[in-house]
Amino acid sequence: MEVEIRYFAAAREAAGIEGETVAVGDDSDVAALLTTLCRRHPDLVGPAASMRIAVDEDFADTDTPLHAGAVVALIPPVGGG
Amino acid sequence: MADAFAITTEAIDADAVRAAVLGPESGAVVVFHGTVRERTLDRRVTYLEYEAYEPMALKAMTAIADDLVREHGVAAIACTHRVGRLDIGDDAMVVAVASPHRAAALAATADFIARLKQDVPIWKKEHFVGGAIWIGSPEDPQGEGSRPPEEAGA
Repeated sequence: MEVEIRYFAAAREAAGIEGETVAVGDDSDVAALLTTLCRRHPDLVGPAASMRIAVDEDFADTDTPLHAGAVVALIPPVGGG
Repeated sequence: MADAFAITTEAIDADAVRAAVLGPESGAVVVFHGTVRERTLDRRVTYLEYEAYEPMALKAMTAIADDLVREHGVAAIACTHRVGRLDIGDDAMVVAVASPHRAAALAATADFIARLKQDVPIWKKEHFVGGAIWIGSPEDPQGEGSRPPEEAGA
């Protein structure tokens, strides 16, 4: 299945792109996806440790299952205000 | 009436944010401006760059405000956050809270800002003389829990 990735701030700079469509196994969870993304973009490995993940605009855990068409965002430490 | 929550690339119209919370029950209206300042620690800031995951940021601000309306009994909360390049003195964020009484309005304003800084996907890159840094990142000397979020600058 395919999921949509969105990179923001330090994650966007490390990946070098704003987003992409990635194919993952049907039983993949957030942790499996992160492994795939770090393999595709080795510069993500360091910053990924301090990032949170959102699935369909809600914060998710590493064991949150993915579904086809899920929108997954890499959320580095936020700093609004 | 303007939307209660917004992300904009334009200068923030604070009167519109205030107007979004006004009602006949408003005995206290707090309007907070988070403004770009020139100095952070020993760095002289040249400009800031803000970025947002807009749909999630709006959803998160709405959820936080709903919580605080219940928790503090305030009447209404509104917030507009600016993104893009901001210069010294620009408003990055305006929060307005209306309530029958001042104590709840002041407390809800402080809580809204603290929770926004923790859980709303908006990022700030500080450009200073000699470099640039994402605020809150592991490279940020004031990030990584070196002080509580409520003391961090707006």
